[in-house]
Amino acid sequence: MIDYFKYVWTWFYTILIGMRVTLKHLFAKKVTIQYPNERYPIPPIARNRLQLDPDRCNGCMQCSRICPVQCITVETLKVVPTDPEKPRMFDGTPRKIWVPRYDIDFAKCCFCGLCTTVCPTEAIKHTTDFEYSSYTREDLIYHFSDMSPEKVEEKKNLLAEWTAKEKAAKAKQESEVSSKEVN
Amino acid sequence: METFNVFDVLLGNNFLSALISVVLPLVFLVIYALIAILGELKISAWIQERLGPMRTGPYGILQPLAEVIKLIQKEDIVPAGANKLLFNLAPYIIFAGSFAGFAVIPFTAAFVPAEINIGLFYVFAVGAFAVIGIVMGGWASNNKYSLLGAMRSASQMISYEIPGALVILSAAVLANTLDMQKITSLQEGGFWNWFLFGGPGGFSKIWILPFTLLLSLIYMIASLAETNRTPFDIPEGESELVAGYHTEYSGMKFAMFFFAEYSNMFIVAAILSIVFLGGWTSPFGSFMSGYWWGIFWFVSKAMFIVFIQIWLRWTLPRVRVDQLMYLGWKILLPFALVCFVIISLYRIIY
Amino acid sequence: MTTRKILDIDFSRIDTDRMRLNVGPQHPSTHGVLRLEVELDGEVVTNVIPHIGYLHRCFEKIAENMNYQQVIPYVDRMDYISSMNNELPYVIAVEKLLGLKVPEKVEYIRVIMAELNRIANHQIAIATFGLDAGAFTPFLYLFRDREYILWIFEKATGGRLLFNYFWVGGLANDVYPTFKEDVLNIVKQVRKTNKDIEELLIYNKIFIDRTANIGVLPADVAINYGCSGPMLRGSGVPFDLRKAEPYSIYDRFDFEIPVGKGEVGTVGDCWDRNIVRMREIEQSCRIIEQAIAQMPDTGDVQSAIPKKVRPPKGEVYFRCENPKGELGFYIISDGKDKPYRVKGRAPSFVNLSVLPEISRGYLFADLIVILGSIDIVLGEIDR
Repeated sequence: MIDYFKYVWTWFYTILIGMRVTLKHLFAKKVTIQYPNERYPIPPIARNRLQLDPDRCNGCMQCSRICPVQCITVETLKVVPTDPEKPRMFDGTPRKIWVPRYDIDFAKCCFCGLCTTVCPTEAIKHTTDFEYSSYTREDLIYHFSDMSPEKVEEKKNLLAEWTAKEKAAKAKQESEVSSKEVN
Repeated sequence: METFNVFDVLLGNNFLSALISVVLPLVFLVIYALIAILGELKISAWIQERLGPMRTGPYGILQPLAEVIKLIQKEDIVPAGANKLLFNLAPYIIFAGSFAGFAVIPFTAAFVPAEINIGLFYVFAVGAFAVIGIVMGGWASNNKYSLLGAMRSASQMISYEIPGALVILSAAVLANTLDMQKITSLQEGGFWNWFLFGGPGGFSKIWILPFTLLLSLIYMIASLAETNRTPFDIPEGESELVAGYHTEYSGMKFAMFFFAEYSNMFIVAAILSIVFLGGWTSPFGSFMSGYWWGIFWFVSKAMFIVFIQIWLRWTLPRVRVDQLMYLGWKILLPFALVCFVIISLYRIIY
Repeated sequence: MTTRKILDIDFSRIDTDRMRLNVGPQHPSTHGVLRLEVELDGEVVTNVIPHIGYLHRCFEKIAENMNYQQVIPYVDRMDYISSMNNELPYVIAVEKLLGLKVPEKVEYIRVIMAELNRIANHQIAIATFGLDAGAFTPFLYLFRDREYILWIFEKATGGRLLFNYFWVGGLANDVYPTFKEDVLNIVKQVRKTNKDIEELLIYNKIFIDRTANIGVLPADVAINYGCSGPMLRGSGVPFDLRKAEPYSIYDRFDFEIPVGKGEVGTVGDCWDRNIVRMREIEQSCRIIEQAIAQMPDTGDVQSAIPKKVRPPKGEVYFRCENPKGELGFYIISDGKDKPYRVKGRAPSFVNLSVLPEISRGYLFADLIVILGSIDIVLGEIDR
């Protein structure tokens, strides 16, 4: 019998305690915010969308190799010594490799940050931008290369010309050597 | 204060006055439901240290309206294996049952849609209607979750009618009437005359004061169970039964269930406030008393109880189905019975 | 009402139609994509068959094609609410293969981070457990606090849930200057909220009624099934890997192993499992405070990181006390820069296997509570 009344009493009493707690919180300061209007500060270290600085990228492909989900696609072209532009890197050293294609598929990216740690020139970096949702998956593939298709075509032709020339020179040299040997 | 129906006096006892008497509570119900939904959203948010809806209108006060519009627009889905007739009928039965209760609620001394001398009994009679609707809806949905929810709901609502009815019986013994207007009129003259504090009478009421307090508490708990509110929301316990008996409902029919729940909340709050808190009477005797003030007092008392219902909902976990039965049959019923006996004895002696 | 025994019904004798109910994979309280095939007799559960595999991502096979560094982001995604604790056994296992010794400061930061994440994990476990019992408000109080912990993680590591922070031989980066103060503030906040939760949920009579004497897991059954973590300790077995075989620097801290004592019901019921988590939060707070006091201010966290992770031929099994139980990694190296085999021993998977055993004979509503008390993460079960 005493147990019964004790049970009823604790049942009632603990409900009152719970109600006191919720009443206290009813008048407490609210912690949520009105998101698009106000935001919490995002620390600069936060790993959100990646950003590539094409000026800094030297096309070493380390990022695409370390990426655990293979979301970075890089294509490179050699810079020919006869290039009329004499391209330079961000720090003034001559550029050795063109990067005609540098795509990151953010639908795949897992934001682990490995690509940023291996990059020797700090070309690829995480930004604090996290609002880049889109309606199609294709829109999530970001093209970071700053080369226009014409320019790529031009550079490709230059490279082809140069390699052909090289080859011809080499063949000539070889034929000379071989003819010498024959002689 | 003299009690009458203002429309009967103004327009005569004809069809028009009856129509107005019916439509007015419906209008009130719609406005009240919107306010209660907003209250539920906001109070739950504030308790949880959230802001709640803020976008629709200033401080989100139009949110319930937006939700109702959304529900009206939504597609009306009837599951493939459902019994169409019963499935479509269930929400209307539930709503009709809860709305019928409004017929005898005295909003003020000058207005009660239907003044009948067995008002309290009538409310209980039509309140049981909702069970039929719930079992119909749950069974017709052809969904196992709905069926489980309906079965739970039926057993729960029926077993909680009994302690609730005992409380009302005690109040009827104390007041000597079942007429809501008369019960309210008895409590006129200040809050010490409320049945919560033993009702009108001399010093002898001190003997029953603890029991009337207990009775109002019992009715509060029983009414929570009758309206399927937390901690007794097991028929729709979302973590177990997804949404219980209305799992398969969508659009307007779901809105009907929603509406009926809030309307039920008001009815039990109204009964509690009429029987124990003096209904439309002013708590300060003749101060702020009158026909118009009556509406204010009645609605604010009922809304306060609705607030407590919401407050409890966001505080407590849900009880289990067998514990619910235990609470109803082994705790509330004996306590109510003891109170009833003591109040009857008091009534015989004094 | 204080005691409720398992319903003693001989089900084979009563010839009634049983109802087969599919709970999940899209059910509000299956903690992800678990599917339970439940056999019900009225509301009484007669059998439960868990179906898993909806979140299978071939972690172990993928790991064979990755080098050791690249596996870490995948390890994060096993138990995605306590990633730091997942990384810890993996990196220590690889360090063991390599025979590396990491600097003092790294060890301290690892312990602090792991314990913070343990708090965050237990907060989720208690919150969702309350939600399964129908209490919504404590859920949000705990999530608010967890958010503060995630802010620290974001400021220190850059990620909120998936960190890739513990590297083989060190850390991805050093912590920020005000790290210590922030962590101590969090500890204070966590304790304050715990008091609220105790009043609002843990000692609420309705909650006690719902959870006490429910899903009783006796100690011998727990050991036979290989349960670990709060599941095992809730049954009264004081087994904690941090004490039993101290790894990292856990032997330097003074803390206790909370065990279930059956305060409100039977030893090993749902309430005991929950209170063990609740008390472990307090113990984690103690560890963090001690670690913050002892942590050296200076030191390079990357000094021991090897240029190329290429362990010699061999194999290693290393286990750590994950918030959910014993998380172990078995790694075989064939001398190349990619592991020959990585096997994870997932505590959630082992703990889930005991579910049919402890939920037969209880009501359907109890099944949900029992499932909540196991604290599973499907990402870890399916891997």
